Amino acid sequence: MDWINAIVQGVLLGGLYALFAAGLSLMFGVMRFVNLAHGDFIIAGAFGAMVLVELTGLNPLWMLLVVVPVMGAVGYLGQRLVLNRVVGQDLLPSILVTFGFSVILQNLMQETFSADSRRLSAGALDTASFSLGSGLSVGAVPLLMFVAALLVLGSLNWFFARTNMGRLLRATSDDPEIIGLMGADRRHIFGIAMLLASAVVGVAAVLLAIKTNFDPAAGPIRLLFAFEAVIIGGLGNLWGTLIGGVILGVAQGVGAQIDPGFQVLAGHIVFLVILVLRPQGLFSRSG
Amino acid sequence: MVLVIVPLLAGPYWADRGTMRLLIEVFYFLALAQLWNLLAGYSGLISVGQQAFVGLGGYSIFSLAMFAGVPVLWGLPLAGLVTALIAWPTAMIAFRLSGPYFAIGTWVIAEVFRLGFAQVSALGGGSGISLPTAMVKAMAVNRSARESLTYWIALGLMLVVLLGVWLLMRSKVGLGLLALRDNEEAAVSVGVRTRPLKFAVYIGVAGLTGMLGALIFLQKLRITPEAAFSVNDWSVLVIFIVVIGGIGSLEGPILGCILFFVLREFLADLGTWYMVILGIISVMIMLIEPRGLWGIITKRHPITLFPVAHRRVG
Repeated sequence: MDWINAIVQGVLLGGLYALFAAGLSLMFGVMRFVNLAHGDFIIAGAFGAMVLVELTGLNPLWMLLVVVPVMGAVGYLGQRLVLNRVVGQDLLPSILVTFGFSVILQNLMQETFSADSRRLSAGALDTASFSLGSGLSVGAVPLLMFVAALLVLGSLNWFFARTNMGRLLRATSDDPEIIGLMGADRRHIFGIAMLLASAVVGVAAVLLAIKTNFDPAAGPIRLLFAFEAVIIGGLGNLWGTLIGGVILGVAQGVGAQIDPGFQVLAGHIVFLVILVLRPQGLFSRSG
Repeated sequence: MVLVIVPLLAGPYWADRGTMRLLIEVFYFLALAQLWNLLAGYSGLISVGQQAFVGLGGYSIFSLAMFAGVPVLWGLPLAGLVTALIAWPTAMIAFRLSGPYFAIGTWVIAEVFRLGFAQVSALGGGSGISLPTAMVKAMAVNRSARESLTYWIALGLMLVVLLGVWLLMRSKVGLGLLALRDNEEAAVSVGVRTRPLKFAVYIGVAGLTGMLGALIFLQKLRITPEAAFSVNDWSVLVIFIVVIGGIGSLEGPILGCILFFVLREFLADLGTWYMVILGIISVMIMLIEPRGLWGIITKRHPITLFPVAHRRVG
């Protein structure tokens, strides 16, 4: 029963990982760009939610209404003001600039909030759970995370398939040069991509703050989880990232069941094995 | 050049213990910076996972000494060799990823080693292990002789790396690497064998990084997974040194290294703010002049300490 439980928890955790991964996948898909500070942005969002909760005393879930639009706005402005200058043919500047951001953010957060580990309480939701019979139960928070991942990925897919801006983003993904000829402003398109990615980061940040402990140095490992979910699922496939997240979550859950020290290691190893056997990912759009 | 190297060679005769420790640190950071620059600046292989090889080198020399009785001085080159051998299969995995994903992939691999070594109880698990005193004593007759020896090894390794990278970049291989970095498709079309070349550079750099890691932990006499595979020490600082000094030149890492240690002497008390300042300088440099401080200097005064430009002969 413990094993089945570990797998179920892993699947639900995979929802959170898919949220981490969706932002990364979106940035790479549209701009061929990866933000190495992605994990630190998630943690910064979590601290933002914490400050708001301390100020208002409301349930952290309400903070989604503030954190998501604020992260989106910060993402758009950051892209227009700074990152657009380094996105391009040469990968080096974008990697090194965002790597610098990662270090700056981590240390600023440590200076502001100390190195202590934090967690937000969602009140009665923290302990609420649904019994699935025969000793198996599912927590309300993990279930909420999974549903949130389905909603976010579903909306993104709808956005890409049905709206004009979504089509422009896909066109940019296929050929970044050609959309200039179509009269679209590439800088604005990139800004919109970053806005979406950052808004998803906002959702992930609030849920992470309720689900697990976080501290200023907890960002990089989230970047690695996001990256693993993207690669496992296959580049350019949003539902693939959900499967990738679930596989990663289950691997970690099963690893932790064997030995708590194996939790993260098991996830890494499953990722490496999939990379060796199927480098294009399980559900690559092209492969 | 002689004016710098001769006093450095004589270091143990004029420097006190604290200065020698500082210089050893300068030497290995400079060597690590040159090696990372060879990867990222010259070969287009942007790695955030070189800590994997520092740690492997450190753990190799400790294991060779403790389990095989290899004298630590023989252990140094052997640790480099072991690291290069382990780097081989890891490179085959990492090379399946490209561009920004290669960078994160190398980081994951380093994490696997960190978490893996924390599980090996024979090596002290997560709390690490010290080099047995007998092994340390066998290195030299007394403590000051051991420290002088460590100093010369560090200086020697640094000079080997510096000269090695310089000669490599002056050779046909270096020309191929530059062509590859500037335009991979064009380089392939004129017959540069991209993949084997990048692969060989990656393995070579891993081996030398492993030797440096062995030296670092031979000096520290104690190794833990956190210290051995530290992304902050062996990637963040090294990358900042290269970026600030100037990526894609041999002079840049030297300039960056000097600046890094000078800044550290003045700002280390600031703790986290010191890292924030280094981060801001690095980001500003990437936005304003990606060729770093050396790029800013050479824009006005076209000088070079290590000419790598190729002239056509015949």
